[in-house]
Amino acid sequence: MLFATVMAIFFLFLIGGGLFVNSLSIIKEKGLWTLLTTSNWRPFKGDFGFASYIISTLYVTGIAIIIALPLSLLTSVYIIEYASPGILRAFSSVVDLLSGIPPVIYGVWGTLTIVPFISEKVAPHFNALSTGYSVLAGGIVLAIMITPLIISILMEVFLAVPKEMREASMSLGATKWQTVKKVVLRKSVPGIVAATVLAISRAFGETIAVLMVCGNFTDIPKSIFDACYPIPALIANNYGEMMSVPKYESALMLAAFLLFFIIVVFNVISRLVLVQIDKRYKL
Amino acid sequence: MKRLEELFFKCLMIGSTVVLLSVLLYILFVVIEKGLPSLSWEMISQIPGGGFYLGKEGGILNAIIGSLYLIFFSVIISLMISVPVVMYLNFTLRRKSRFAAFARLTFDVLFGIPSIVYGAFGFTVMIFFGLQASLLGGIIAVSMLIIPVMIRSIDEVAVLISPDLVEATKSLGATNYETLKVIIRQLLPGISTAVLLSIGRGIGDAATVLFTAGYTDSIPTSLTQPTATLPLAIFFQLSSPIDEVQNRAYSAALVLTIIILILSFSARYFSRRLSKNKI
Repeated sequence: MLFATVMAIFFLFLIGGGLFVNSLSIIKEKGLWTLLTTSNWRPFKGDFGFASYIISTLYVTGIAIIIALPLSLLTSVYIIEYASPGILRAFSSVVDLLSGIPPVIYGVWGTLTIVPFISEKVAPHFNALSTGYSVLAGGIVLAIMITPLIISILMEVFLAVPKEMREASMSLGATKWQTVKKVVLRKSVPGIVAATVLAISRAFGETIAVLMVCGNFTDIPKSIFDACYPIPALIANNYGEMMSVPKYESALMLAAFLLFFIIVVFNVISRLVLVQIDKRYKL
Repeated sequence: MKRLEELFFKCLMIGSTVVLLSVLLYILFVVIEKGLPSLSWEMISQIPGGGFYLGKEGGILNAIIGSLYLIFFSVIISLMISVPVVMYLNFTLRRKSRFAAFARLTFDVLFGIPSIVYGAFGFTVMIFFGLQASLLGGIIAVSMLIIPVMIRSIDEVAVLISPDLVEATKSLGATNYETLKVIIRQLLPGISTAVLLSIGRGIGDAATVLFTAGYTDSIPTSLTQPTATLPLAIFFQLSSPIDEVQNRAYSAALVLTIIILILSFSARYFSRRLSKNKI
């Protein structure tokens, strides 16, 4: 049993180490800074600049968070503070279902609904030309995918705020909303931040759904109606041909390592915060 | 003024809850509406025939069977690793052990790692051992993906079991093996929920199997052959310019959604049924 546990823990370091060793050869040749800040991507000429992929990832994730955070904050406050136990139970099935739907289904749904909606309705409204396969489409689909994650964490964070605090506030004559705003939300700030950071790291790594709706065009996107090309999509699309081009494999491994590294750091921070919240109130 | 603010935010909150609910219904509606017309017995009972990708006869049985093979073996492997890990964390170590806390943090982090990274890492491991894209490669990658899911959800149930139970069993003169049986009995709801959850996560994921399992039109007969999977069947057929092939992608999406819905509902059912034995 100890062996299995140690192996499972060791595994995290194995992944990190494995990806890093494989990406070393390109880092040595080009230097990490040049790789991250240039946007020339011509594998056949040996140019590997990640900038446009990094910016695409940040764009899509940013839009997803802007949409998902208010939506999930409002919803989880309503579910925990206002709704009846029946609604709470019914709604947790909704969250479970939403988080259970596979990414590829979100992708199919996105291409069927969001993409045409953007190219026919939204983009013309702003006098922009768009195929619909865009930063915005990726952001919307991602937002829906990370919302259940944020909600399920937020519900736990709000539940961890002691009931006595709410009662004290209400007995001083505060309305329900004032109590929520000044007591529950204020007490939950670390938890909300942790949930957001976790959601960001989830959004960074999402592959198939985003790949299907964001256009996959290597350039720095200038508006939210432009196509973009996030890092996970880059890895997924180019695996087939990478073996035949020198340094290509190493470059893609570097991409995977970047994702891995950022996500591990984000996860560790937010999990530590969440564990602290748990400890403070539950013991 | 404060009543007005209250009302305003309450409307906003109800609004966003309704939005979320309708998004779920809308997704299900679109998948069913698009998928149902081209869903037929032929679709789910045949492997692709000649000219399948030009819209001719055949079905996606290869992908359905492939996904089932893949998830079956992955779940077995993950169970063999997860159950001992959870047992060790909860019943061998002390409650406030630092090592256990560190281990849980690690599993949380592993849980957060995206499937594309598991896929990429699985692929390097395969190159290292000289493996081709195969059922075996897919099983390894999917196991890596679902082990953290499994450990976390079994652990959620295991922490609720009081250590007194172990001591009470032992003080009655039970052997280690008998104690194990008592604990497993208590863990059963957790294990069954964990299995269903991980099947859901593993069967729907495309990025892990993209490079590790490959794709083929036939049903694999050995571990070293490549295998088709449902998410990839949807993904590849959707990118075809031919309408009939695209429609097949929609009906494959419907098949996958139905599988996920069944899993999700039975997870709820099981966790309710089996928790009757809980103390």
